[in-house]
Amino acid sequence: MELFWYIVLMTMLAVYVILDGYDFGAGIIHLFFAKTEKDKKAITNAIGPFWDANEVWLIASGGVLFFAFPTLYASSFSGFYLPLIMILWLLIFRAIGLELRGQVHNAMWEAIWDKAFGVASLLLALFFGVALGNIVRGVNLGIVTEGVSTQEAHYFFLPLWNPTFSPQAEHLGILDWFTVLLGVIGVVSLSIHGANWIIFKTNSDLNEKLKTVIFRLNCVLLALVIISLSVWHVIEPKPFQNFLNTPWLWIFPLLTFIGLFGLFNIKRFKRDGLGFLFSSVFLFGGLTTTVASIFPKVLPSTNDINPSLTIYNVAADKYGLSVGVYWFAIAIVLVAIYMVIQYRVFKGKMDDVGYGEH
Amino acid sequence: MEDMLFYDRIQFAFTITFHYLFPQLTMGLSLLIVYYKGKFLFNKIEMYNDAAKFWMKIFALNFAMGVVTGIPMEFQFGTNWAKFSELTGGIIGQTLAMEGMFSFFLESSFLGLFIFGEKLLGHKLHFVTGFLVFLGSWASGYLIIATHSWMQHPVGFEILENGKFVLTNFGALFSNPWLLPSYFHNQLASLVTASFVMAAIGAFYLLNDKHHDFGKLFVKTGVIFGFVASVFVAVPTGDLAAKNVVKYQPATFAAMEGIFETEEGGSEIVLIGQPNIVEKKLDNKIAVPNILSFLTYQKWDAQIKGLNEFDESVHPTNIPGLYYAYHIMVGLGTIFIGLLFLAIVQLFRKKLYKTKWILYSLVFLLPFPYIANTMGWYTAELGRQPWLVFNLLRTSAGASPTVSAGNTLFTLLGFVGLYLLLGLLFLILAGKIINKGPQLVKH
Ligand code: HDD
Ligand code: HEM
Ligand code: HEM
Repeated sequence: MELFWYIVLMTMLAVYVILDGYDFGAGIIHLFFAKTEKDKKAITNAIGPFWDANEVWLIASGGVLFFAFPTLYASSFSGFYLPLIMILWLLIFRAIGLELRGQVHNAMWEAIWDKAFGVASLLLALFFGVALGNIVRGVNLGIVTEGVSTQEAHYFFLPLWNPTFSPQAEHLGILDWFTVLLGVIGVVSLSIHGANWIIFKTNSDLNEKLKTVIFRLNCVLLALVIISLSVWHVIEPKPFQNFLNTPWLWIFPLLTFIGLFGLFNIKRFKRDGLGFLFSSVFLFGGLTTTVASIFPKVLPSTNDINPSLTIYNVAADKYGLSVGVYWFAIAIVLVAIYMVIQYRVFKGKMDDVGYGEH
Repeated sequence: MEDMLFYDRIQFAFTITFHYLFPQLTMGLSLLIVYYKGKFLFNKIEMYNDAAKFWMKIFALNFAMGVVTGIPMEFQFGTNWAKFSELTGGIIGQTLAMEGMFSFFLESSFLGLFIFGEKLLGHKLHFVTGFLVFLGSWASGYLIIATHSWMQHPVGFEILENGKFVLTNFGALFSNPWLLPSYFHNQLASLVTASFVMAAIGAFYLLNDKHHDFGKLFVKTGVIFGFVASVFVAVPTGDLAAKNVVKYQPATFAAMEGIFETEEGGSEIVLIGQPNIVEKKLDNKIAVPNILSFLTYQKWDAQIKGLNEFDESVHPTNIPGLYYAYHIMVGLGTIFIGLLFLAIVQLFRKKLYKTKWILYSLVFLLPFPYIANTMGWYTAELGRQPWLVFNLLRTSAGASPTVSAGNTLFTLLGFVGLYLLLGLLFLILAGKIINKGPQLVKH
């Protein structure tokens, strides 16, 4: 039962990253490359009708986490308190930037909300990467100081950084060089992803230029992935253990590389959707590889006193988890139907949707 | 420790109060928009479609505010109330996760279609998407109230040795006797808000000599829906909600009503008076004898236990706050019924659109349904204190153990600043939409 909900949760999170990821990416592209009003319109049209439903994947994942793994929800949300609240603020800024910009025609107003939308998207991509870094690196569970737990074994609290920025310090911070590295990977990969979405959903003048951008960013991404793999041993001496024990798991890293190498051919693709497909495969592979490498842990402990949180010691009771399967099965079918309807109505290029013109 | 709890509570109260300003309009207004769109499908009078379009603009703006302020709510259980989440997550997580899966997906997927899809979909399908948005928002309310009802009156669970609440009966969450009266009371109250907003904007147009036809339409719709909803808010739903409180939280009820002494031969209903906690009585009281007993038990001489009969340990924490919140809600409810009744009378005499004082009152009353709704929630929440889960889990035992007061104050200040900005933007933009007014599209 725990395993079932773990898979559900991870899948939902991956779907969230793929869907809202293109919104973030589009925001970053908007920030750096959209110069004319037409470019900007094209970008907001491409994500306008979708971003809210995409964000629901985050809310729903939060709900499933709360219900299936309440201890993990409580421990991690209170422990990562500050960055989480900041993520909330950024989500608010991004949303109002997107929604309110078109309501008033005034150069200053538009400039402010353009920036709010772009900068919030950029920071969100960074923060989500950092979050992933924090989860695989682990935290000082129970806040152990000089060999003694000062809190219950599954609680912790991290400040934003500690002065050493080291992922091996006793008292860790949210930001250290390892987590920031993953944050940068987040920004680069989501920029690629967002650019692919824009190419897919619009005929904007930007498209040709974006293909070059994607190609370059992909080189950067490959380099960053190699660097992170070569320093991974800092946080986990045996990162491949799970893959050696359960060989079918290699499929996840394989997907990551298929996505990554596929994107090098971006200029040769005949169909505009292919690039988006490859970047989605990359994101899916990257995420699943990372979480699979620590399975069944969901939040490793960096001290020897308190055990890591695993899916088994944070889950809700059996009965609750089993009844959940029934309603979840119904709900997920409905969600799939909504998505099919939504993407069929807004199929093809969306340059003319007229988003935000009230 | 005390400080930390204080800021956690203020932050929760502030963010939820702000959040709920928006969904209450969303839920009521979606119904009214569906009504206009449906009426247009039926009688093909273009004006109704244009009215629906106009309200959709306000709806979209309001909805966006509801979404951005709702997301912090979902996260705050974990960030600020970690202990509570850990202990009860297996239960309230069920209904909250269901809310995400069943209602938020529904609303958000079809909202985009509803707002941008009229041309793509045609009128019939456009109506259907509107209806689905309405359904999603009401389902959302239902699941939230189910969650909340469990906190007021926990059912279908067992407490393990380690203090965890585990679910033993899923169905009980939905057959909770607290749930249905509370749900319908709340939904009707949100319809009251939407009706008043509609009537107020209509009256504003009439008084300013603009958009005459729409002004009349809005006033009429608002007054009729508002009257019906206001009556049902009081009876049967408000009445039933109050009966639940008497039955399951008698001390809370006594505090809400301001009854300190048990009176033989029936209790009076207090209209005005100030609770005096030190002397355990009400100052400057104006009351009508025996009414409360009758309203509660349908017997003039039924006995209602006063607060002084309960041990102080089970008294609600903030008795004056609770008493005022409740009296403001009920008082406003009575005023709404009275005013709207007069408006209906004038409507039937075909004089409403010229009765200036009613139109002015409608404009002036715009904020009051929001106040009544907020005070209703304060009644429910203050009535439950000092418990998070009534009688079982103290609020002080629910906060996050590792988040310090300094951090909570920091985020609280952040939310206050951000929400002030949001509120201001909302008002400016809503004002702009209202000022521009609805457009009759000639075909
Ligand atoms: C327009 C708003 C409005 C109006 C006019 C009223 N209410 Fe109300 N009331 C609410 C809006 C509301 C609410 C905000 O929607 C609450 C909060 C929790 C809930 O379910 O509904 C509520 C809660 C609430 C509760 C507390 C339930 C609990 O503790 O969970 C009681 C006893 C009543 N109401 C009773 C009444 C009565 C007897 C009214 C007579 C006129 C009345 N309300 C008018
Ligand atoms: C149904 C959803 C709701 C749930 C699950 C819920 C739950 C909670 C929780 C966990 C707290 C913190 C503990 C406390 O200090 O009391 C709280 C407090 C509070 N809530 Fe609610 N609440 C809900 C709806 C609302 C709404 C809609 C409002 C107001 C509009 C509201 C107003 C308050 C207030 C004012 C407090 C602070 C009370 C106090 O600190 O004394 N709640 N609620
Ligand atoms: C603590 C309790 C609450 C939580 C955790 C919460 C959570 C949320 C979230 C995450 C959203 C955004 C959904 C989206 O993206 O589409 C939202 C919106 C909404 N909420 Fe709340 N909410 C709470 C209280 C309430 C209450 C008390 C009601 C009504 C009874 C309510 C009704 C709605 C509705 C109808 C929406 C749709 C958007 C809107 O109307 O603005 N919520 N809520």
